[in-house]
Amino acid sequence: MLRLSALSKNFGGLRVLDNLDLTVPSRGVFGLIGPNGAGKTTVFNLITGLLAPSSGSIEFSGERLNGLPPFMITRRGIARTFQNIRLFKEMTAEENVLVAMGEHPQYGTLKALVPGAYRRAEDSERKTARELLSRVGLSAKAHQPAGFLSYGEQRRLELARALATTPKLLLLDEPAAGMNAAEKQELIEEIEKLEASGLSILLIEHDMRFVMGICGEIAVLNFGRWIAQGSPAEIRAHPKVIEAYLGSNDPGGN
Amino acid sequence: MEWLDSFWSTYSTLVLSTGTNVLLALSIYVTLACGLLSLANAGFMAIGAYSAVLLTLHTVTPLPLALIVGAIAAAMIALLIAVPTLRLSGVYLAMATLAFGEVVRILILNAEDVTGGALGLNGIPQLVGLFEVISSVTVALYVFLRLAHSRIGRTIAAISQDEIATELMGLNVRAYKLVCFVIGAALAGLAGALNAHFTFFISPNEYGFERAVEILAMGVIGGVSSPWGAVLGGTLITALPELLRGMGRYRPLINGVILIMIMLYSPKGLWDGLQTLLRRIRP
Repeated sequence: MLRLSALSKNFGGLRVLDNLDLTVPSRGVFGLIGPNGAGKTTVFNLITGLLAPSSGSIEFSGERLNGLPPFMITRRGIARTFQNIRLFKEMTAEENVLVAMGEHPQYGTLKALVPGAYRRAEDSERKTARELLSRVGLSAKAHQPAGFLSYGEQRRLELARALATTPKLLLLDEPAAGMNAAEKQELIEEIEKLEASGLSILLIEHDMRFVMGICGEIAVLNFGRWIAQGSPAEIRAHPKVIEAYLGSNDPGGN
Repeated sequence: MEWLDSFWSTYSTLVLSTGTNVLLALSIYVTLACGLLSLANAGFMAIGAYSAVLLTLHTVTPLPLALIVGAIAAAMIALLIAVPTLRLSGVYLAMATLAFGEVVRILILNAEDVTGGALGLNGIPQLVGLFEVISSVTVALYVFLRLAHSRIGRTIAAISQDEIATELMGLNVRAYKLVCFVIGAALAGLAGALNAHFTFFISPNEYGFERAVEILAMGVIGGVSSPWGAVLGGTLITALPELLRGMGRYRPLINGVILIMIMLYSPKGLWDGLQTLLRRIRP
């Protein structure tokens, strides 16, 4: 479904991603892990069009994505959440979701000018927004400003907001960061539900138990290169992965 | 009704200016609302004023058509300069649009054959009265109030809070900014065209840096959380100097102090401050 071919990214003279190939299947949960600074978020930024690749290509459902502006990529069916939460903090939770639904509006500009038609269109949008909020367990917080929500709640709201764009592929950048054990368990259940509904999910996460528990396949990035790819069990046993995370036994430092 | 007549003969210009200033405040409101700090609206006002006046002065164009031409002329120029300038943001955009305003002023100053240069244009027919001003303000305000509470208003608010997140919600941020900038220009052009037709006389210096800052001040003082903020800001900036007439030469000083106090105690503008106050009084 999503295919990266020979993807590279340089920041000035620094090669952040080096010749990456990756195919994310159209179903299931795919994990992207690696030590800090490995280039994981850069991969997300390239996929969503926030950064332009230095070379290589990104294809989604057979269509080339590089060169498209970010909003067009979202409209093709790729949504994401952010490592450092980027909600519209002064808006309510419900409004945050409503903004993301703007892509497929049920009412146009003219309707907004006519009171009756506006009310009906607005009500139906709000109903959809409420359904999304209840899906992530935020029904009770619909009218709270997003900035007032707890960290875990903000992460869940970001998820609801991403879902409001009706994605086919969901990119989650450290979705479990800052969550407690109970919240993490809820998140796992939610991600499993999304997977069951036919969504493809690509996620970056540092919590290994979380990643191993939920991902069907995992790719490991270090210094901008793939060092391993496979099932959770294979990754756990892979010598290069252990080396990347824990360092090598070799006194020579290799 | 004698007092009304005498009031009108003394204050008609002030009342009409309040109306056009509210339009100007709305014009900067729509640009500020999506996070664009623009100082171009005085320039757009000049374009609107000159193009409308040249029509009514030299041809038999009916006023409504002249007003529309004024607004459209400003909008077209806005479209033209938007392509390079809207790539900028923050103070860089302010600097570029400030330069644009100066370019407009200097062009008018030097195109003496058409614009009368520094002497300006004189003997403009007095075609604009209370009706034209009030109906323009009402229509603009109605449209803005409705849109502010709709999907479009939400998107614009989202852009001002986080452009990148908005873009990644599948919304064409550039297009929204462009439309806001152009609509702001059209409104400023309309305000200029209206204003010119009740002041007899226009000259390039009315549309310089001071005017640009005044327009920005109306938007900021009023606040951009609601179009009502623009109404408040436009009215206050017009009325304050009149209310302080008794202060004599201390007028600009007091004027400045009041504006600073507003920004100090209600940094999101008067409208937002009033809302907060109301909520505190009756929760």
